[in-house]
Amino acid sequence: MTEVTADTTAAVGGPKARSLYQVNERTRRRHASERRFKMMGLAAVIFSIIALLGLMTSILSNGLSSFRQTYITMEVFLDAARLDKAGNRNPADIEKITTFTIQPLLQAALKKTMEDRAVAVEGVDAKKAFELISKEAAAQLRWFVIENPEYIGKSVTFDLLASGRVDGYYKGRVTMESAALDRNISPQQLMLADELKAAGILESRFNWSFFTAPDASDTRPEAAGLGVAIIGSAYMMLIVLVLALPIGVAASIYLEEFAPQNRWTDLIEVNISNLAAVPSIVFGILGLAIFINFAGLPQSAPIVGALVLTLMTLPTIIIATRAALKAVPPSINDAALGVGASKMQAIFHHILPLAAPGILTGTIIGLAQALGETAPLLLIGMVAFVREYPGAPPEGFFDPASALPVQVYNWTQRGDPAFVERASGAIIVLLIFLVIMNAVAILLRRRFERRW
Amino acid sequence: MTSSVIVLIVLGLAVIGYFLGRQRALTASGREGTKLHSLPVYYGQSVALFVAVPALLLLAAWLFLQPVLIEGSVSGKIPDSAVPDGGAKSLVMVDVRRIADGLNLIIAQGGMSEDDLVAMRADVSDIRGRLAEVGVALGSEVSPVVFEAAKEYRSKGLTASLIRNIAVLGVAIAFGYWAWARIQPALRARNISETFVTALLMGSSLVAILTTVGIVGSLLFESISFFNMYPAKDFFLSATWNPQFRGGSDLGFLPLLWGTLYVSFVALALAVPIGLMIAIYLAEYAGRSLRNYAKPAIEVLAGIPTIVYGLFALITVGPFLRDWIAQPLGLGSSSSSVMTAGLVMGIMLIPFISSLSDDIINAVPQAMRDGSYGLGATKSETIKQVILPAALPGIVGAFLLAASRAIGETMIVVMGAGAAARLDLNPFEAMTTITVKIVSQLTGDTEFASPETLVAFALGLTLFVFTLCLNILALYIVRKYREQYV
Repeated sequence: MTEVTADTTAAVGGPKARSLYQVNERTRRRHASERRFKMMGLAAVIFSIIALLGLMTSILSNGLSSFRQTYITMEVFLDAARLDKAGNRNPADIEKITTFTIQPLLQAALKKTMEDRAVAVEGVDAKKAFELISKEAAAQLRWFVIENPEYIGKSVTFDLLASGRVDGYYKGRVTMESAALDRNISPQQLMLADELKAAGILESRFNWSFFTAPDASDTRPEAAGLGVAIIGSAYMMLIVLVLALPIGVAASIYLEEFAPQNRWTDLIEVNISNLAAVPSIVFGILGLAIFINFAGLPQSAPIVGALVLTLMTLPTIIIATRAALKAVPPSINDAALGVGASKMQAIFHHILPLAAPGILTGTIIGLAQALGETAPLLLIGMVAFVREYPGAPPEGFFDPASALPVQVYNWTQRGDPAFVERASGAIIVLLIFLVIMNAVAILLRRRFERRW
Repeated sequence: MTSSVIVLIVLGLAVIGYFLGRQRALTASGREGTKLHSLPVYYGQSVALFVAVPALLLLAAWLFLQPVLIEGSVSGKIPDSAVPDGGAKSLVMVDVRRIADGLNLIIAQGGMSEDDLVAMRADVSDIRGRLAEVGVALGSEVSPVVFEAAKEYRSKGLTASLIRNIAVLGVAIAFGYWAWARIQPALRARNISETFVTALLMGSSLVAILTTVGIVGSLLFESISFFNMYPAKDFFLSATWNPQFRGGSDLGFLPLLWGTLYVSFVALALAVPIGLMIAIYLAEYAGRSLRNYAKPAIEVLAGIPTIVYGLFALITVGPFLRDWIAQPLGLGSSSSSVMTAGLVMGIMLIPFISSLSDDIINAVPQAMRDGSYGLGATKSETIKQVILPAALPGIVGAFLLAASRAIGETMIVVMGAGAAARLDLNPFEAMTTITVKIVSQLTGDTEFASPETLVAFALGLTLFVFTLCLNILALYIVRKYREQYV
């Protein structure tokens, strides 16, 4: 017996291998290859973690600064002689004020503030200094005057946006060297900005208007915000939820509990699994051709986007709901039927409530997918430049609006590098929403999931 | 009365119908002293269902068809002489619709009464100016024919809406009354309402079919009108893509196909080995705790929207590849390139592939592993020679699904691959894909009469057919494979 074993070892491992404790050449090679293989696996995991970290750092490092914004705080004298020549505070007249009327007021106010605080830099006159203030400031002042005509003739302290370049200077995007080559800003102006900052006139603080303000034109990145996009996305998610959840649950109940085993049911099932894998842009084409061209719904409207996203989300919800329904043990159904419930009663009174956590989790995940979807929305015109907030629902569903991911895309197509910061900031906002939704889904699953 | 008000009224009627039906059943049973066949709620339910469902279905169908029908009848009355040279009737109809909307606005704001409108004539009054006051800007002066068409469009729209409201409410009340009137204690109300609900459930499951029909229908319909204008041979076999706004474009599909396949190839070459190795490592080597964290993390990763990856390609990967690899090697100076889009798309696909393959590897029976270990194989030998061959069909399925996603992916290539259509081997050159061109031909003002716009539908159709074939093949393989071990 011993001899036979020794012989086989010799035959397999070669003459040197006398003992199992003595590792021979071939075993060493096999072990080395084992280690290499395991290292490759680990390397793959590490690579993907590094890629993820790279993705996150790139977005965060570019985007976090968009949550801070540079403001210039100063007192502006709302000169009645300019703002209300007739002197009767007639709202219709005041509404006709243009930003051109207001700019000199701002310029004078800045000059006065600088003189009061003794801030000055050689080579920067009042006109040049005024360029530090965003062009949006005049519009901001105009709205203030229209809404509060009683302040005309008084001095009011305003927080005015600094121009995009000044803002970029404090975020490291604009440097003295780049300013020397820039037509929009000069190093002297940046030095003045430093002086203003030292005097406490200019400061950076949390950028609330990033969440509330509408989009702004190409030349005013500092004023651009996500207000319209957040409302548009919220409207769409609302409609998607209202449409996709009932339809999806109804379809799943039919397929899971009522559908006979025949070709027709097979066709529906194959259809659903295929729809889940159809490229999203094809749904955009569908929306453009059917909802906009054929049914005449307005372009850029949340309702069209929501309908398209509903069709995209349905397969996800149906698949999740069917899994949840399947997970409820048949004994519950049998017990309900046994005490005299009809099939419909058993489903709606017993199975559906027990499957509800799973359905909700699937729905939230489906909504999260829909929230991040961009391509179909581009085709139905949501990429348009929209400055007005959509109205209150339900009429607001038909007003033009933007959506979070589309706003990101929109900003990346603009020239000013400040918009890259805004786009990354918008991505962070989008990711925060997604994280919240996913966390709720995971919590729901943890809290209510039952193993039968 | 807008459609949302109608919906609310119908729902209100349904609630009233519920209580009336329930009440009627209870009174009838009290009066006759007989027991009800079903619980009282079912009598209410059957009335409510008959009030709400037919009326709402009618409303939905009407909302969908009304614009189409009215547009057809109005555009039939516009003589061809009113269509400007080189334009299309659809463009004139756009004007007609805008003018009609503008007129509605003017009247809603009280700027004009209905009688004024009847007397208003395009050659007399300044319609363009009036419309501009309410925020409807028109490109040119309004011709009398167009204005008359707009007036007709508007009046027909108003009449149709009025008829719609009456019809919807009529249907709601008529069906409701019928359902209410037939209530008597012997009525099998539960069976009625359950049959009704079953029909509703079945109807919902048809939405999936309708979506597919809608996709195929719209793609086919517009593609056919494209191929009527542009020869199919040139589309599928030409190697130049050069759309011109003034016509005479070259719309060759080959450069786009090449770009799509090239980007997908780079993406899959990165994602498949890495995704597979991650799946193997997690399934065979990693401890329980790592698995518990890694699996949900991968699922979350798969849920990151593609726009995030697109931005990553645009602001980080693209410039990095250009400055560190392409320019030093003299391969190109464009930050958007096949490599940029391909690598980022590969990163996107890693979680997709790894979570699919993970399921497949876990489905291989433990007995096969044990058998292999028992013969003295090491772990890696077992994986390479037993598990992977056993899981191969599933992995091929996952690969095909990933390929279909790569081909259909839009945002990463829009932001990372560039817009230049060329047939080139250099991966550091910008190239373009089918999806990029669909986006660029369909965004902005689209006019549905030129081949430059319609080509997007032909592209969409090819894309759909491509991905559909891949998906069906993948599903078939995966299904076939699952049957083996269950």
